[in-house]
Amino acid sequence: MTWWQREKTGLKPQPKGSRREIADELWVKCSSCGEILFRQELVKQRWVCPKCRFHFRVSAHEYLGFLLDEGSFAETHRGLLSEDPLEFRAGKDRYRDKLIQARQATGLEDAVITGRGKVEGRPVIVAVMDFNFLGGSMGSVVGEKVARAIGDSLAARQPLIIVSQSGGARMQESILSLMQMAKTSALLGRLRDAAVPFISILTHPTTGGVTASFAMLGDLVLAEPRALVGFAGPRVIQQTIQAELPEGFQTSEFLLEHGMVDRVVDRHELRRVLDRALAFLTWSEAARGRREGGAVRLDDGPRLAIRGGDEAAPRRATGGGPEGHDASA
Amino acid sequence: MPGPYLDFEKPLVELESHIEDLRALADGQDLQVRDELRRLESKAEDLRRKVYGNLSRWQRVMLARHPARPYTLDYVERVFTDWTELHGDRLYRDDPAIVGGLARLDGEPVMVIGHQKGRETRDNIARNFGMPHPEGYRKALRLMETAARFGRPIITLVDTPGAYPGVGAEERGQAEAIARNLREMARLPVPVIAVITGEGGSGGALALAVGDRVLMLEHAVYAVISPEGCASILWKDAAKKAEAAEALRLTSEDLARQGVIDRIVSEPLGGAHRNVEAMATELRRVLIEELAALRAQPPGVLVERRLEKYARMGTWREEAAP
Ligand SMILES: [Zn+2]
Repeated sequence: MTWWQREKTGLKPQPKGSRREIADELWVKCSSCGEILFRQELVKQRWVCPKCRFHFRVSAHEYLGFLLDEGSFAETHRGLLSEDPLEFRAGKDRYRDKLIQARQATGLEDAVITGRGKVEGRPVIVAVMDFNFLGGSMGSVVGEKVARAIGDSLAARQPLIIVSQSGGARMQESILSLMQMAKTSALLGRLRDAAVPFISILTHPTTGGVTASFAMLGDLVLAEPRALVGFAGPRVIQQTIQAELPEGFQTSEFLLEHGMVDRVVDRHELRRVLDRALAFLTWSEAARGRREGGAVRLDDGPRLAIRGGDEAAPRRATGGGPEGHDASA
Repeated sequence: MPGPYLDFEKPLVELESHIEDLRALADGQDLQVRDELRRLESKAEDLRRKVYGNLSRWQRVMLARHPARPYTLDYVERVFTDWTELHGDRLYRDDPAIVGGLARLDGEPVMVIGHQKGRETRDNIARNFGMPHPEGYRKALRLMETAARFGRPIITLVDTPGAYPGVGAEERGQAEAIARNLREMARLPVPVIAVITGEGGSGGALALAVGDRVLMLEHAVYAVISPEGCASILWKDAAKKAEAAEALRLTSEDLARQGVIDRIVSEPLGGAHRNVEAMATELRRVLIEELAALRAQPPGVLVERRLEKYARMGTWREEAAP
């Protein structure tokens, strides 16, 4: 039995909903191994279980504390609010009300916070998702804020770090939430063309439309230990295949084994790994010189293809044969 | 009317088969029978308009999933010439849930890629009901990049319940395959036209549907989640699928209104399955027209406009930061 299956059998896993609910409790049970832990100690340990290394889900603001140099964070793009374009309701539940409740419960405007900050003195652009806001789902506001963070990163040529934590696309915004996948992924292509680094950090849980867009597109993809990461949710898969899922299925370690993430990184090591990565993923002066000198970069692959496509493609000028009908020949 | 039919089509099917029987019995000389036939045919025409003119969103979903609805290969043989299918992602295997290959549209070479459902049970199992694995999306991207290298336009036909939710699909990176397609399709330096022909099932559909022009057949549907999935999550009751279909606003008209698709391709009365030839003729006409317009744009402009289109997607309000 994998740890997430235990969720259903009563060993209550994640502190249900927001961490607020257990704020007053002295003891916390580990979601993964069931160990009873002293809350104060757990906070000191950055919410990492000392016994099994499970990384508890934390709010976006707490995560920013793990990620950035103290006092370096400055929030950007505040004031963007979801519009409920479809006036969506499921029975008596109105999306509009859900949004208001989520804002009140979390103090957030939507499921992602964006901003500027520093990691070991290096300036970065960050976007950190928060599962407590409607399951970290991606609607128009999340998509737009991530898009703007990409824009900031591109404009300042500063590395982008996105911390994902999401159940996927926000159903209540239907097709427009699906389009946020295309929007964010398309803009990341531009960042890639400009050789500005993007590091994606996957935390528990990252599934659905977020995984299938920006979360998997990092130059580096890092994952927290034992996080649930996947495209389809485990329950949907189980219903589809009507069979037991493999041990550890869709955990970070499972993804690592299958070659889908670069590293599983403990919260305590995160800044050290980021520091090394950021040092590496920066164009050195020597490389810049080579690039300006017209040398081919590894990353030029797609662009060579572009040139091949519209300028240099060898056109066959045959009069007959199958190519003879080619209007562009 | 050929093949299987849906519940709401039943009165029409009965009337049509009655007309057929009557026509077969009478040799056409009997005046009384001729009058009766004329009366019944006009009644059938009224019924057709009534049945198909007021479909609920859930009935539209049923129509988009109609077992007789034309699939990618049905269009390929009618819309294009010189079809030459190409296989495999060069990494793992060939995914039969996506087909792709060389073809010509009105003489011009194009790469055609689409989801492929099966018609009978065996074929359907082989095609995995049109639900691709990562290798399907990787094959699609490989073919798109091949087309781009040689300046050939790309046309995709989208019809899938969704990307397959299975163990192997997750192991081989379903999410990564979809994400990569989204990023790369946005910057292909050739015209890309996507047509939602049947079911636009979430990310599994979108992974073939990032284009300069996204068209939708009149009775196709396109949503972030299936009505059944949405109902079971938000209503906690999969039986509320009709309510969910309404709430999701998933018809071609809904999507055009939201600016997500660029054009609706009209279907024969009653849907594409009722006259596949007419449907294919119309689709061919529209594709030729659309492609000519895109051909006039330099690749750089094309890519820039495509990116801008997607960058604008979404709706929100912006208040002064507190
Ligand atoms: Zn533990």
